[in-house]
Amino acid sequence: MLETEVVVSAPPHIRQGLSTERIMWLVVISLIPAVLSGVIFFGWYVLAIIFSSVLSAILTEVIVLKMMKRPLTIKDGSAVVTGLLLALIIPPTVPLRIPMIGAAFAIALGKQIFGGLGYNPFNPALIGRAFLLASWPSLMTKWVWPVNSLAWAGKNADALTGATALGLLREGTTGIPYLQLFLGNISGSLGETSALALLLGALFLVVYKIIDWRIPVSYLGTVMIMALVMGQDPIFHLLTGGLMLGAFFMATDYVTTPVTPKGRLFFGIGCGLLTMLIRRYGGFPEGVCYSILLMNLATPLLDRWTVPKRFGEVKAVG
Amino acid sequence: MRLRTFKKGIHPPGNKERTASLPIEVLPLPQQVVLPLGQHLGAPSEPVVSVGVQVLTGQKIAEAKGMVSVPLHASISGRVVAIEPRPHACGQLTPAIVIENDGNERISSELVSNHNLDELSAEQIKDLIKQAGLVGMGGAAFPTHVKYSPPPGKQIEYVILNGAECEPYLTCDHRLMVERSSDLILGLLAFMKAAKAQKGFIGVEVNKPDAIANLKQAAAGLPIEVLPLQVKYPQGEEKMLIYAATGRVVPVGALPIETGVVVNNVATAAALGEYLRTGLPLVSRIITVTGQGIPNPKNVEVRLGTLIEDVINYCGGFKEPPGRIILGGPMTGPAQYRLDIPVMKGTSGILVQTRAEVEKPDHAPCIRCGRCVDVCPYNLLPNYLGDYAEHDKLGEAEKYGILDCRECGSCTYICPSRRPLIQLIKNAKSKIMASRKKG
Repeated sequence: MLETEVVVSAPPHIRQGLSTERIMWLVVISLIPAVLSGVIFFGWYVLAIIFSSVLSAILTEVIVLKMMKRPLTIKDGSAVVTGLLLALIIPPTVPLRIPMIGAAFAIALGKQIFGGLGYNPFNPALIGRAFLLASWPSLMTKWVWPVNSLAWAGKNADALTGATALGLLREGTTGIPYLQLFLGNISGSLGETSALALLLGALFLVVYKIIDWRIPVSYLGTVMIMALVMGQDPIFHLLTGGLMLGAFFMATDYVTTPVTPKGRLFFGIGCGLLTMLIRRYGGFPEGVCYSILLMNLATPLLDRWTVPKRFGEVKAVG
Repeated sequence: MRLRTFKKGIHPPGNKERTASLPIEVLPLPQQVVLPLGQHLGAPSEPVVSVGVQVLTGQKIAEAKGMVSVPLHASISGRVVAIEPRPHACGQLTPAIVIENDGNERISSELVSNHNLDELSAEQIKDLIKQAGLVGMGGAAFPTHVKYSPPPGKQIEYVILNGAECEPYLTCDHRLMVERSSDLILGLLAFMKAAKAQKGFIGVEVNKPDAIANLKQAAAGLPIEVLPLQVKYPQGEEKMLIYAATGRVVPVGALPIETGVVVNNVATAAALGEYLRTGLPLVSRIITVTGQGIPNPKNVEVRLGTLIEDVINYCGGFKEPPGRIILGGPMTGPAQYRLDIPVMKGTSGILVQTRAEVEKPDHAPCIRCGRCVDVCPYNLLPNYLGDYAEHDKLGEAEKYGILDCRECGSCTYICPSRRPLIQLIKNAKSKIMASRKKG
């Protein structure tokens, strides 16, 4: 007879190695190039912004969960990811209270109030950013150009310090070299400027099968097509604003996007459409944040509309 | 040449290296066998012997009850010491016939050997299939003769033997295909004649090259084709096998016969072949005893009713206090809490995991990563099914196809949040079926 205790659980009795925690840490690693690009172009202060945001996210999660008398979940790493992502999409000039309040808002009202990881309808980092933009509009639009990045503007350099590339497009100013846009030596949020850094991170995530290629490809593809339709430069649109970061790191957030393959394609297309409509006709020069949030709203519907055909499913006759 | 396969699925580590080349060993006869009357799908058999009676190996000790049932035979000779509820792999006690070995094996004289396939009609073969007590030995244990009695209007075009053995760790079918191929081929030819089918297929995953080569040789000149299949789980799942072998899709809720196909496990075919050759009905089977908790893994042929305790002891016992004891493969086999469980017609292996291998049962909420959707061979949405099951939304679950789930476990294997999806789905399915019966 059996003399010791055994575990009697339901099959399957084996699991593959990837845990939620490991996924979150892989995402953090994939964002390291973007963090580095922020430091290179905007200075060491960027690290203070990131640190305050992440710390605030973790502390907020602990406090809120204790208040709600729910078990602590900071070990799953999702608060760290939210804090980091939020820091990357705000200007590098903000005072530290901005990322701290933003991260607290993102965690408390963007995530935990809905039940925590898995239950939030909106991307928490984007909710945090939207809140910050609405509450501190001037602090959240105080842009700077990196040192020695205005050579392309010639004698008009001094007049351009306050705007981003997309902002300048609205005023009719163009001419930033593609290479500069690609490397990231331009003004913008501290982690969003370098397409190179972001693509490196994104490649890492695709190779490790952390993100589904469908969303970035459909998002970016739609943006390029829309740009052509609007008579604008598709490459310029691809490399400016928060599009690269948004397409690879925000629009691919599991919780707030569809689970079906077709649903993901439609999600990306919707984000692309909305981003370009906002960029062209909206009140702000940049549309990524709001377009993703709006498509997050559509996610449950997209899931329902794109239920895959079951193996062996026979269409009802008549 | 691209290998035949189905869409989606998973690639768990095979873990077959320790036993894939080990020849089948025959376990010495046990002191006692416990033969459950219900070791197949359908009505349990009814005893035709009583306590105290002497029985011989191969003698019928229980009769089939109705159409979807099979007879049961003594797997050793000796005295019937009890007919009473005994522990069963399902976790409960079920009625069983217990035979005490008298140490003097004698084969029943009822047996008729050397059946000539050429002289048997389809109907006669079907009857022999039933008389042999054959059930699906891949695990489902469905009475085999029923598969060969298609509803009127339906013809069987192909007989497919399932030699995929896609579950990690198990190698019993592998060794059977290498060592018992002549019985296997004879059984397949018999199935084909019973089905009036023109052609037979044997699907084998390519991680068993010696089996493929051996079967190809044994099938030379016969209307039987050996199909190498991609190594993927669940390749051995019936509908996936049919799709990989023939490209045919069995409709939702229908049986393989709808596509003109019948599938049987290779061991079932070999058992039929052995029966036709020797007259011995189904009284033994090959199982793999393995796992990190077993220092001396083996492929053993055991008499039905042998307790797993005796089998494990023959293999040298546990390495250390076991973490989990599984009857079958790691993807679908039920975990056991006692060792006085008998090996049955559908038992394919004993897998022992160490304590270090057993993960803590904590699970997190679904993070909607979609990996389960990516792997489900039936194109279901396991994350939603799991959620609906957990929150008792059975109507929604049914709408989203929970009854089509074959419980292969791919979704649960891949889930990063360690959600017990199959357990949730099984529970919900049984609740739905129970309410259907009532209503």
